[in-house]
Amino acid sequence: MNKAVTYRKKINASTQNLSDVREFVSRHAEKHGFTSRQVADVQLAVDEACTNIIKHAYNYDASKELSIELEFDDEKMNVTLTDQGIGFDVERYKKPDLKKQIARKKRGGMGVYLIRNLMDEVNYYAESRENVLRMIKNRN
Amino acid sequence: MKNFKIDHRITNGFEVLDLYGELDAHTASQLEDALKELINNKKSTIIVNFRELDYIASAGLGVFMAYIEDVRSIGGDIKLTNMNDKVYNVFDLLGFPTLYDIFRDEEEAVEKFLNETK
Repeated sequence: MNKAVTYRKKINASTQNLSDVREFVSRHAEKHGFTSRQVADVQLAVDEACTNIIKHAYNYDASKELSIELEFDDEKMNVTLTDQGIGFDVERYKKPDLKKQIARKKRGGMGVYLIRNLMDEVNYYAESRENVLRMIKNRN
Repeated sequence: MKNFKIDHRITNGFEVLDLYGELDAHTASQLEDALKELINNKKSTIIVNFRELDYIASAGLGVFMAYIEDVRSIGGDIKLTNMNDKVYNVFDLLGFPTLYDIFRDEEEAVEKFLNETK
């Protein structure tokens, strides 16, 4: 087996950095042979996770930072997002009831559902001062 | 950073918003402003054309969820057209096709509106 390759990126917690994050993810995933569909899935999952961190963990405080790590091996791509904000509940991933939400003019709650759907494995750890979200996309 | 842009035109008397680029949590407010402006001006037969939209995140879908009731309550609708497969897939995953009219072509949306307003 080849040695795993890792790439890291740090961004400030602002939604204006989301497009950079997507570019970072797609550039490396494409280079490592993931299909365009797989790249699109990971891009969206990472975008949704970063958006949740910016919004819920940091409440749009752009002075705060979050880090993204991509690790590739022969079988999969491992994505790890780390922040030092308020933890959020990724266990709540029921499909949103659109009809109800529309009637109440409520939006949101879709990100975690998408992440769970698009990735093969999702784990979340709230450690002493850090929240760590680990997501896996298998090659096959 | 890839830009997001919205153009507004009128076709057959219906309001059309053409979306370009990438719609995410950063750019969704532009779509929200455009929809709000139409609704405030009592324009309620709205077609959103996704032909040039490369990417959408759930924040973009959230905008359609927030305003569809307002538009329908004044007798109109928001119809969505010309999505690429990647964009349609996100709407599909979240169950939008059962609650929104989504068409392959803008002309089909125009026809549907014409039938509804007969």
